[in-house]
Amino acid sequence: MGNDAETGLSAAEIRDLGDIAGTMIPADPAFGVPGADDPAILADIARSVGRDLPLVRQAVAAIAAKSVGGFADLDRDGKEALINDYYAHGGAPAVALGRVILGAYYRDDRVLLALGLEARAPFPKGYVLEQGDWSLLDAVRKRAPFWRDDRTTTAGER
Amino acid sequence: MAGNERVDVLIIGSGASGAAVAWSLAETRMRILCLEQGDWVRSTDLPSNGRDWEARRYTDFDISPNRRGRDTDYPVNDDNSLMKIANFNGVGGGTVIYTAHWPRMHPSDFKVKSLDGVADDWPVDYWTLERFYDENDRMMGVSGLAGDPGVPPRNPPMPPIPLGKTGAHYAKAMNRLGWHWWPSDTTIATTAYDGRAACINLGHCTPGCAQGAKASTDITYWPLALRAGVELRTRCRVREITTNEHGMAAGAIYYDADGREHFQPAEVVIVACNGIGTPRLLLASASARFPNGLANSSGLLGKNLMLHPWPIVSGYVEEALDGGRAPITSMWSKQFYETDPARGFVRGYTLQFNRGTGPANEAITAAATGRLPWGRDHHRVYRELLGHRVGIGVACEDLPEEHNRVTLDPVLKDSHGIPAPRIDYAISENTRRMMEHGIARAEEILTEAGAKRLHASRTVLNSPGHLLGTARMGDDPERSVVNGWGRCHDVKNLFIVDGSIWVTSGGVNPTSTIQALALYIADQMKQRLATLFD
Repeated sequence: MGNDAETGLSAAEIRDLGDIAGTMIPADPAFGVPGADDPAILADIARSVGRDLPLVRQAVAAIAAKSVGGFADLDRDGKEALINDYYAHGGAPAVALGRVILGAYYRDDRVLLALGLEARAPFPKGYVLEQGDWSLLDAVRKRAPFWRDDRTTTAGER
Repeated sequence: MAGNERVDVLIIGSGASGAAVAWSLAETRMRILCLEQGDWVRSTDLPSNGRDWEARRYTDFDISPNRRGRDTDYPVNDDNSLMKIANFNGVGGGTVIYTAHWPRMHPSDFKVKSLDGVADDWPVDYWTLERFYDENDRMMGVSGLAGDPGVPPRNPPMPPIPLGKTGAHYAKAMNRLGWHWWPSDTTIATTAYDGRAACINLGHCTPGCAQGAKASTDITYWPLALRAGVELRTRCRVREITTNEHGMAAGAIYYDADGREHFQPAEVVIVACNGIGTPRLLLASASARFPNGLANSSGLLGKNLMLHPWPIVSGYVEEALDGGRAPITSMWSKQFYETDPARGFVRGYTLQFNRGTGPANEAITAAATGRLPWGRDHHRVYRELLGHRVGIGVACEDLPEEHNRVTLDPVLKDSHGIPAPRIDYAISENTRRMMEHGIARAEEILTEAGAKRLHASRTVLNSPGHLLGTARMGDDPERSVVNGWGRCHDVKNLFIVDGSIWVTSGGVNPTSTIQALALYIADQMKQRLATLFD
C-alpha cells in the first residue's frame, strides 16, 4: 500500500496514529470535547507531521513494539499506561509525536470553544490587556538606587 | 564570476547591528551596500495571521536554524553544546523573532576585571555608550517607565506595557518578599509611534509581530536607511572576504539567489553576521596571508563564545491570568544583578517575569515537563493549567572562556558548500552556581505567588539566541580581534559591529547594547573618516 502524497503516511500508519492519538487525548462528553482520533482532527494531525515524519514513524513503531499482542488489542488502562510510560522515556520521537498531536488538537474549533476561547487567529483582532494595579509599584519607587556606579565604586564594594 | 561596481562601504548582514550602522553611516553620502542572505519577511506571512500560529513556531518560524531549515538558513553543528543555537536569517535578522525585552547593560558590566577581578574590562564604558543607547531607544521605539532604582536613569519614549493580571500577581509576591521589580523596557509600541500602532495584544511576539507593534529593524532602521540611499540586496550569501596585496579587505565573494557567484569590491567592509556567523565567515576567509582566518593573528577569533544560560522556572496559580493574550514580556528584577560574594559566585542575573502562552503551546510545554498526563485525566488537568501559568527566566551572565568556541565543521556545509559553524560550549562552575541560585530565588518567588507544580528547566530546548564574544574588543592586539571602536587590529578597513565583539556578556538580553555599540562604532568611523585606516 502506498503512502498518502500529502502526509507521507500509509493508511495503516494513519490508523495506528489515530489509535494512539485517541488514547493520548480521548473524547470526553463531560467536557464537550472530541478525541484526537476524531476524523477531522486526525486528518489535521496527519497533515501536520511534515518535517517530523521520521520521528513520528519511530514513535509509532516504538509503541507498537512495546505492545504485547498489538496496541489496538490492549484495554484502555493498558494503552494509557503504555503511552504515559513511553512519553516519559521516549526522547525526541515521543516529544515530536506529542507536539504534532497537541498542535493540531488545540486549534480545533470545537476544542477551543469548549475551553471558552475564540476560534480565530490572533491577528487582526488581538486581545485586551488590562492595566493592572500600578499602585503596587509604590513600594519599589521608595528604594534608593542600588545599581553599582562604576564612577564611584571600587573593587570589592557592592 | 560577475564583477560588481565598487562601493564605499559593504555591510554583511542586515540584522540588529547591520541596520543600525547602515542608517548611521547613510548621512555621509558614501555609497553603501548591504548584503543579506535571507529575504524580506512580509507581515502577512507571519504566524499570527493564521490558525496554525502556534504550530509554526516549531516549523518555519522556529528560532533554531536547524529545525527551521529554510533555504536561506545555514546549518549549525551544536551537538557538543547543551545550549542550542538560535538565529534568524532575513532582513531584520534576530530582531524579527526576539521577545523585544529591552534591558541595557549595567555600568558594572563593562568593568568586571576592575570591580570583580574576573575576565577583562571593556575598552568602552556605559557612559560613553549612554547617548547611543538613548538614540537607539528613539529609533527602535521603546516602552518603559523611568525611575527604576535598579538601573541607571533612562527615559523610554513610550509608557510601559500594562501589568495585567499576571504582572500584578508577580508584583504582590515581590512586594511581600521585599525584592525589587519594575515593568520591563520593551520595543513593543504602547502608543502610536513613528508609523507603528499601539500593540493590540496578539500574544505571540516572538515569531514575528503581524501587527508591526514590535520593533524589528526591517520596519525601524531599514526604511530610513533605504530612503537615505543605502542599497540592500537580499538572498546574497557571502562566502568569503578577500584581501589585496596590501593586506586590506578588497571586498566579498557572494552567491546571489540564482546561485551565481559575484565579487563585490569595497573600500570598507563591515561584518554584522552575529556571534556565530561572523567568526564563521572570517574563518572561512583564510588565505595564504591570513592562514588561520581573517583578522585572527590573536588566535581568539571564534573563542570566548558566550550564550547566556537561561533557566526557566514555571508553575501554575489558582487565579486565571492573561497568558497567551498579551506580550510575554512583563517585568524584570535586578535584585540579584550586582555581585555579592556571599552568594558563592561573581556577577549576577536578571529575573525576567513572563506571561503564559497559547492553548497548544501550553499543552506542549506542560506535557514535555510531565505536568500534563495522557489519557482520561488529560482534560481535567489541562483546565487547571491553561491560563494559570507563571514563569520566570533567569538571565545569567556567562564569562568568557576560550574553550567555548566556534570553528568550521569539517563535514557539514550549507547549500552553497560553505563550511557550517561547529559549536563547542560548556557551562562553567561559576555560572552553574549562579543558575542554581537564580532557580532557587525564582522558586521562592513563585511559591510566594501561590504557584504549584513548579518545574525548573536548566537549559531550555530553544536557548535565548544570544551569540556573543567570538571576536572580542580590546586595546591589545594579542588579546583581542577588534580595537575599541570595532576595527580589526589586523585589517584596517575591516570592521565588526555585532555581538561577537563583546568582552563579557552581562546578564541581560543583548540587542539594546549590540545596537548602541553599532551606533557608537559608526559615529567613531564618521569622526575619523580622514584617518580611518591609519
